[in-house]
Order: sequence, then C-alpha cells, then structure tokens
Amino acid sequence: MIELVKETARTKSIVLDPSDWPGHRAGQHVDIRLTAEDGYQAQRSYSIASAPDRSRIELTVERLDDGEVSPYLTDELRPGDQIELRGPVGGYFVWEPPQGGPLLLIGGGSGVVPLMAMIRLRATVGSAADSRLLFSSRSLDDVIFRNELERLQGDGLRVVHTLTRSQPPGWTGYARRVDAEMLAEVGPSPAELPRVYVCGPTPFVEAVAEALVQLGHEPRGVKTERFGPTGG
Amino acid sequence: MAVSRGFRGRRQLGADAARVPPGQYVTADFPVLSAGPTPHTPLQDWNFTIRGAVDRPTFWTWDEFRELPSETVTVDIHCVTKWSKLDTVWTGVSLDTLLELVETSGEYVLAFCDGGYTTNLPLDDLTGRKAWIAYKYDGEPLEAEHGGPARLLVPHLYFWKSAKWVRGLELRDYDEPGFWETYGYHNYGDPWKEQRYSGD
Amino acid sequence: MDALMLDGNAVAGLLQEVFAVEMTTATVSCNACGRTEAVGALRVFRGAGIVMRCPHCDNALVTIVEEDIRVWMSFAGARTLQVAV
Repeated sequence: MIELVKETARTKSIVLDPSDWPGHRAGQHVDIRLTAEDGYQAQRSYSIASAPDRSRIELTVERLDDGEVSPYLTDELRPGDQIELRGPVGGYFVWEPPQGGPLLLIGGGSGVVPLMAMIRLRATVGSAADSRLLFSSRSLDDVIFRNELERLQGDGLRVVHTLTRSQPPGWTGYARRVDAEMLAEVGPSPAELPRVYVCGPTPFVEAVAEALVQLGHEPRGVKTERFGPTGG
Repeated sequence: MAVSRGFRGRRQLGADAARVPPGQYVTADFPVLSAGPTPHTPLQDWNFTIRGAVDRPTFWTWDEFRELPSETVTVDIHCVTKWSKLDTVWTGVSLDTLLELVETSGEYVLAFCDGGYTTNLPLDDLTGRKAWIAYKYDGEPLEAEHGGPARLLVPHLYFWKSAKWVRGLELRDYDEPGFWETYGYHNYGDPWKEQRYSGD
Repeated sequence: MDALMLDGNAVAGLLQEVFAVEMTTATVSCNACGRTEAVGALRVFRGAGIVMRCPHCDNALVTIVEEDIRVWMSFAGARTLQVAV
C-alpha cells in the first residue's frame, strides 16, 4: 500500500502497487483477503476507482461503522503494508471506450466507485460519448469525488446529484431517492438504447433497475452491481 | 498465507475454548446467510406437516402450532462458514412433542422448506431434547431473514441443518441428501468432528 | 427483493480461479425456464455456500462450496454453459 487519501468523512482512497499487475478494465474489482495472526480470515470485494492507465490502482472504500474489513482499511492500514488481493475480476460490469454511448451511470453512495473508473477512463481517452452520471448521496459532504466530477463535467459528460438526507441552503437539485420520474428527466430515453450501469447497495440497485424497466429500458441494456445490504 | 498487520476482525476473543468446536470463531453478531430469496408466507397460509413413512400425515396450522407446549432453550450454534454464536435463546416446540403421536418405521428425515431448501438428518438426531421448531429468537418473533415464521433448530449439528422457513418433515426408511449435502457439504455435519465437507 | 442478494459479478474472482478464464460474461441457460443470461446477471446468495439463481424464475443454476484447496461446483440447474475461450 502506498498512500491513503481522504475523500469524504467516511471514505478513503487507497493507492496500491500490486506486484505483476496485468492492468484492468473500468468497472472491474479486486477481492481483498485479510488474515489475522491466528489464521482468521475475512474477504471482501472492492471496485477499482482508478482508470486503467497505470500500474497503480486506487480503491475507494467507505468505512462502515460495524464493518469488519472497511474500518481496517480506512483506519489501520499504513503505507508499506501488504494486502493480499485477487484480481482484477469481473468482465460483466465493464465499459470500454469502443462500446461508446450513450452512457447512463447511476450510483448510490460508494456505488459510484466503478462508475468513476469509467468516467476517468472516458476522460483519459478523450471520448465524446454522451454520458450522464446520476449520483445519489446522503448529503453534499458525502459526495465522493465531488470536486473531480465538477471538473470533468462538459465534453459530453453531465453529472446530476440527488441528496437524499440533507441539502445545503439554496440547493435547487434533486432531494429525494432516485425514481422513474428522475430517470426520465435525466435521460437518455429508452429509444436511444443507452448502456446503463447501476451500482450501489442492493435495495438501491433493485429500485433503480425496476424503475428503468418501467420506463421502457431494455433489461439487457442495464448492468447491475449490487453491494449487498450495506454497500461497499 | 500472509498475515495482515494489525487485522483482528470482529470476532470475540476470550470465549471458553471448550465450547468452541475446532476451526470456529465466536461472534457477537448474528450473520444472515441464505441459499435463496427470503420467503414471506402469510401466517394464515402457513402449516407444518409430518408425512412420509407414517400411518397418516399430521398437520398443524399456525394457530394450532402455537397452542402446542413450547419451551425456551439457550444453546450454542455453529455455522460451517466458521462463526459460532454462544448462548442463543430460542422458543419453540420440541420435536419430541411433535413426534410423540407419530408412529413410524422411518429412521431418516428430510426437512423441507418454503423456497425449496431441504436438509436430511437421522431421526435420532431430532429426538431426545436435541431439536425444536423455533418461532422466537431472544424473546421476539423470529424475523424472516433468520428463518421466520419458524425454523428447525438442531444446535448439535452445523447450522445449515437448522433449516430456515421449515414447513415440515418427511420421514423415510432411507437417507437422501438434502440441498447442501448434495452440493458439497457433509451428510451428517458434526461440528466437534469438523465434518464440514463431503468426504470429511 | 432481498437486501442480501448480489450479482454474479460478486463471485467473479472465485470463478476465474477455478476456470482460468473470465466467467461473468459466459452465458448460462436455465433448465427450469429455459432463459439464457450472462453469469454476471445471475442472482447470488451466500448461505453455507454460494447459490447463483436464475433472475427470471429463481431456479438454482450453480452452487459453490469452497474449502481452502477444494471447490465443489454444481451446475445441476443449468442446461448449458457457453464460455468464450
């Protein structure tokens, strides 16, 4: 592990320099396994946040208060520590520039991580594909990658936030959970046959996937990555 | 296998080792593990059946089931995925009570459940105050994610044998592996002999 | 809907170790309802072992029991598995 970067109060990006790293595709993840001195092991999957342009990778981890692995990664890990990881894995939830757009990326909390890899890759290769990120967070302070997303807006990328728990004074954006009406407004329409990627806690993904199908989006055009009940 | 510096995990340390089977770690949580989606059978549709190698099937509706004598027991449970939880409190009907009036030549049981899950056990492992159909955990109605309205509770075997959402027992003369016993886990599952996998 | 349910992607690492090729883009057909889906689109449940179910009819297509050096896999619920090699 090389570096720990604080993203928000609850999330940190961990920069790793894995040995013999073969490179990865945007949307892939790694499986991390931790072993205690007495042999006890815990394993979790984390999406790679960085674009596939270097031999280093970044994982952005949300610290769950009652988590077993995330608090270790965000609080305990120090530069120089080694972590056992397997990957990159996952060819299903992947976007590559030749696939083009329109791209509709919908993230709930730390579900934005694999989508960020896609957005970063898009910027790196200078893709002009029509891309929209609909990003649901609890509050403005919880928005991961906030500044970078603001910088990357434009050149065909549109970022729309919805803040579900609290909004700053003067907030004119969405202030509720993602629903069919919001998706219809953010677009693209089903007729445009967008590639849709939805990622976040399982209940979030379920609700969004159902709303997309309700709106008429082709189910095979929607790829989902569920994080389980708590996410991350 | 490299040790992750400073990693301890969330398990409890300091439990009485004599209560922890080999290879297990004690947890204070109650992990939810499931082979499939959580069923939600309404209580008015719920019933419990004992059928198979019996003279005639016996059948209880939810109301009838709740009128049966029940007891509250405190037991340790052990999951094959390596967590153990000590002193768990359950309320339910003993299998001795349910099988009291059932005459059978069968020596084996297949428990069947909403959602299609099954598990097999020798009949002997269900009798003699070793098993219950539990509908309360820690004094509260058993939550759906933990197997409610009722689950089989057989604490002396690995917890996959304590089938969630149980709807009945099929008594048989022959032993037939249930779901996990077919797909890689041990046919019997004694945690003290570490009988986790097929062929152990 | 189950808050614990994951997608086939969640077992990508394990499948890659067993099969040595990317498996989440392999397609599998269900022998209960006949529909075909990418492995990554299956619904994953973690019980004593892993169960991968058909997103259309919930049939258990694949089960996985893991030990340190052995993995038991069953494809009993699947009709065919198509993998790019």
